[in-house]
Amino acid sequence: MAVADTTPVRPRASVLRQLLRSTSVIIGGLIVGAMVIIGALAPWLDTRDPAEVNPSVRNKLPGFTATIRDDDGNKVPVTYRFGTDSLGRDIYSRVVYGARVSLIVGLTVSLISIVIGLLIGLIAGYVRWLDGILMRFMDGLMAIPAILLAIGLVSVFRAGLFAVVVAIVVPEVPRVVRLVRSIVLSIREEPYVESAITVGTPTPLLIFRHVLPNTIAPLIVQGTFICAAAILIEAILSFLGIGIPPEIPTWGNIMAEGRTLFRVFPQNILYPGIFLAVTVLGVNMLGDGLRDVLDPKMERRG
Amino acid sequence: MDGAPGPSGTPVLELDGLSVALPKTGDRTHAIDGVSFSVGRGEIVCVVGESGSGKSVTAQAVMGLLPKGQLTLSGGSIRLEGKEVTTCTPAELRALRGARMSMIFQEPMTALNPVERVGAQIGEVLEIHTSLSAEERRNKVLDVMASVHLPDVASMIDAFPHQLSGGQRQRVMIAAALVLDPVLLIADEPTTALDVTTQAQILKLIAEMQARRGTGVLFITHDFGVVAEIAQRVVVMQHGKVVEIGTRDEIISRPKAAYTQMLIKSVPSLEPPSRTPKTSAVALAIEGLSKTYVSGGFLAGKKRVVKAAQNVSIEVRRGETVGIVGESGSGKTTVARCVARLIDPTDGEIKIGGVDVARLRESALRPHRKHVQIVFQDPYRSLNPRRTVGASIIEGPVNFGESTADATRRARDLMTLVGLQPDALERFPHQFSGGQRQRIAIARALAMEPRLLIADEAVSALDVSVQAQVLALLDDVRERFDLAVLFITHDLRVAAQICDRIAVMQNGVVVEHGPTAELFSNAQHAYTHALFAAAPGRGVKFGAGIEATT
Amino acid sequence: MVGYILRRLLAAVPVMGIVAVLVFLMLRLTPSDPAAIIAGDFANDQQIAEIRTKLGLDRPIVTQFVIWVGGMLQGDFGESFFYKKQVAALITERLEPTLSLSLLAIVLTVCIAVPLGTLAAYKQGSWIDRIVMGFSVVGFSVPVFVVGYLLIYVLAVRLDWFPVQGYQYLRDGFGGWLHRLVLPALTLSIVFVALIARMTRTSVLEVLHEDYIRTARAKGQSELKVLVRHALANAAVPILTVIGLTFATLIGGVVVTESVYTLPGLGLLTVDAVLARDYPTIQAVILLFSLAYVVVNLLVDVAYTVFDPRIRY
Repeated sequence: MAVADTTPVRPRASVLRQLLRSTSVIIGGLIVGAMVIIGALAPWLDTRDPAEVNPSVRNKLPGFTATIRDDDGNKVPVTYRFGTDSLGRDIYSRVVYGARVSLIVGLTVSLISIVIGLLIGLIAGYVRWLDGILMRFMDGLMAIPAILLAIGLVSVFRAGLFAVVVAIVVPEVPRVVRLVRSIVLSIREEPYVESAITVGTPTPLLIFRHVLPNTIAPLIVQGTFICAAAILIEAILSFLGIGIPPEIPTWGNIMAEGRTLFRVFPQNILYPGIFLAVTVLGVNMLGDGLRDVLDPKMERRG
Repeated sequence: MDGAPGPSGTPVLELDGLSVALPKTGDRTHAIDGVSFSVGRGEIVCVVGESGSGKSVTAQAVMGLLPKGQLTLSGGSIRLEGKEVTTCTPAELRALRGARMSMIFQEPMTALNPVERVGAQIGEVLEIHTSLSAEERRNKVLDVMASVHLPDVASMIDAFPHQLSGGQRQRVMIAAALVLDPVLLIADEPTTALDVTTQAQILKLIAEMQARRGTGVLFITHDFGVVAEIAQRVVVMQHGKVVEIGTRDEIISRPKAAYTQMLIKSVPSLEPPSRTPKTSAVALAIEGLSKTYVSGGFLAGKKRVVKAAQNVSIEVRRGETVGIVGESGSGKTTVARCVARLIDPTDGEIKIGGVDVARLRESALRPHRKHVQIVFQDPYRSLNPRRTVGASIIEGPVNFGESTADATRRARDLMTLVGLQPDALERFPHQFSGGQRQRIAIARALAMEPRLLIADEAVSALDVSVQAQVLALLDDVRERFDLAVLFITHDLRVAAQICDRIAVMQNGVVVEHGPTAELFSNAQHAYTHALFAAAPGRGVKFGAGIEATT
Repeated sequence: MVGYILRRLLAAVPVMGIVAVLVFLMLRLTPSDPAAIIAGDFANDQQIAEIRTKLGLDRPIVTQFVIWVGGMLQGDFGESFFYKKQVAALITERLEPTLSLSLLAIVLTVCIAVPLGTLAAYKQGSWIDRIVMGFSVVGFSVPVFVVGYLLIYVLAVRLDWFPVQGYQYLRDGFGGWLHRLVLPALTLSIVFVALIARMTRTSVLEVLHEDYIRTARAKGQSELKVLVRHALANAAVPILTVIGLTFATLIGGVVVTESVYTLPGLGLLTVDAVLARDYPTIQAVILLFSLAYVVVNLLVDVAYTVFDPRIRY
């Protein structure tokens, strides 16, 4: 039998190369990378102890220089680049250290939400009798606005990093579940999955081999958006004074502290605000770029 | 080139050296290249070609509807009633569209705005091009709707598109296209998405309108049956170029170009060859199979019961091909999916090698799964894009305990058998064409050494030349492995050529069932009659007189 | 039609039921004893026990739930631990600022975002599209309170065009009401303009690829009419859906905005209640906001029937 099918077929450009061609991915990646470095190297970026209170230098403007006794009793000049807050803490140091909390919250929340959401989503997509119950429960969770659910949850636990992470994870999980479930439901209709069924591939292997790989790209994209949302919600909770305890330097806490005097010292809100906005922007741009390349059909939901 | 004017005077449409450029990234520089032909007043010209031939691009270029930024007119001229169209301003072009030339499309389901009443959509043309009052518009819309034989126009004028059948929607499209009596109607595969009986009605309507109004028709199609049915002259296109132009009889009976000869030869004849009845062992026995869907209920709206298949009984013997033929919604695919146990039948028996698998649980079913394999319609979705072709083929045998090495060795042999290179196993599906993928899907099915192969519209998405090859391959493997084949199709030509016996389904019920030749020559049931009568080009014999050249 | 609305209503009931269970259980998870909080720091065990009996906290948990839900259905949300008054009354007096803020923000958002998104879709790839998309990413990333303080600092503190903070009730004059509300509403709407402009763009882009758009062009229809009569009419349902879904985010924004501008609404009440561990108030506010979300999406569902004749009743 002759092979007459010689239609030329173009190979797909590699995903990595496409990613490196995307401006969003590059700019977003650079911003996120810079924030990670700032957070990781915080102690070596000419910072002071961010919790150190010094009543003699309260409410100073950016660039104020004071002479301070160090641990050995020597007098050294100290420049407060971003000024000080009403307790005399160094805003610059607090902002730099604040990157740590934001990134840790963003990363842990997105990882935990995705793992839990993936599991529940797979169960809902494959165990038909559980689907109804699970999805009604998820609908209920989704009906409570995310920030209110988080506020409600932090009011129940003692304030702290753990409580904040849990409080942000709970509202995000149903969204991941919905995403995974919808992917599962559409992929199981694909002829290649049905072919795998007819060649006798057992269900667990079927999910692992044919269904799971289809969830990776959307989940990476969703993960970055969750990360951005988590950083924002953590900042909001801290800003409202119900998140992470005020002595820990987070961008939200610095801004909360700066609220009372912000007409005189707007920089106490401005500096952490810029860091926060730029970080979230970076993560969002990364997510946008990843979506355009990996998962063009998806759109961000509200 | 044949640029002769049509039957009466100046041609309505003249294309002269028309070229459309593709974006630079592609492997071709032009979607169409130097296309010249004409359409006379009151003449039906069919442009026929396989996918990628540029036939639809030609139509879009004439209408000035080339997708912005992707395709650009790069040369040649288009003259409508002698007037150059390529140099028109957008406003001048808009004034021509809908009034002097109009167009109908392939998908009547999506070509109408779903949120606007059909009367308003026909009237839109009048709103744009005339200054008639609302009252006058409505009357004119009613007239044109009646003239395309839409029923009960007084109430249908206020219906929404989703309340109409596919055929009715295409009639609405035709009404909107013809309401201002244009000199040129471009029909881009207008019946491809329709069932065969509806297709026959729409073809009849287009011919009637053309005869009555003297409209020139440029009819784009891939289907030689349709060409034989409707064309006066035919333009054959391949890879963006015109291959041959001639009258219908010239092209179908005495094609000159080798490509046209190959195409015509690939068209399956409606006359079934004589076949000896098979008396081998029964591989598949379907008895009283029913599948009922119940949707809706208390919270989800009105309860609906759909009887997708009712009391279906079909036998397939080893080495035999049994076709299930029917229009959309007839239940033919439901039967196939029940047999493959992709869905659970509501009632009845499915005996495979004597064992009833209709009600087996998944774990008990698994050993039986290898006996039944299926090839799907869409070659682009039937292979996992992330896995190599080899991994897809050996998946089944490995599930049943064969070692990867053994399975791969067999897979190499199977690739040769289906006409592909064995080293293709390491490649990914996107590196293959549609026809090649269908070959791979067949190899995957054969790797399981099944008793029954289900082909669910397996050649319907393929171009006619590729279709002929895949059909030959299917017939070849049936014979070689003594396979029972259950062949699901809507295409009577294909069914006539490949099936030993045929079951005709309508609305979930098998209305008639018998040996292919008998059914074609002496159908008993009224629906079978109607179905066969509707097959386009049934009066024309394909491939006559070209046997010698191949 | 009526049947359809009834069915949608019935479908919302289990969702609200689950919300009620969740909110109720959330409170019961509290490590701290509500009775002890009410009694204050200097109460003895006996006083706490009395309060517990009075609140019914000694009864089985299912009974407590039934009593709680039963009370709410009659408009009794219990008594605030902190404000020492009926939660229902508390909520009623806080309703107006929140409603004013949300409605004004929604109106602003829709008026800005839908035309912007449509334009961006129509001019896909042009500089207008790039600006809209760029603004959309930035708008979505800058936190509400940063925007708020920025606007206050520039427009209120520096330029003195608007009052810095506070609220004026509508009964005290429309002008003053609007004047004090412009900045908060603008602040709140920025995120939503970003979101809805982007979704409008996506929906319109999708619709522009539909066959019926090609049909309309084949009839010789002008581009503006194609855009409005055919594209926007069909994109309305997805846009509406997004507006319904973003309502949840809007509520979150309301809480923050009220806090920034010290508007005495439900958002500020929520924050104060959390700081005071005033559980009955927290419960009631969360339930109320969730109910609002469910009702808004119910209304969106009903509105579909107006925009899309294909929706089956």
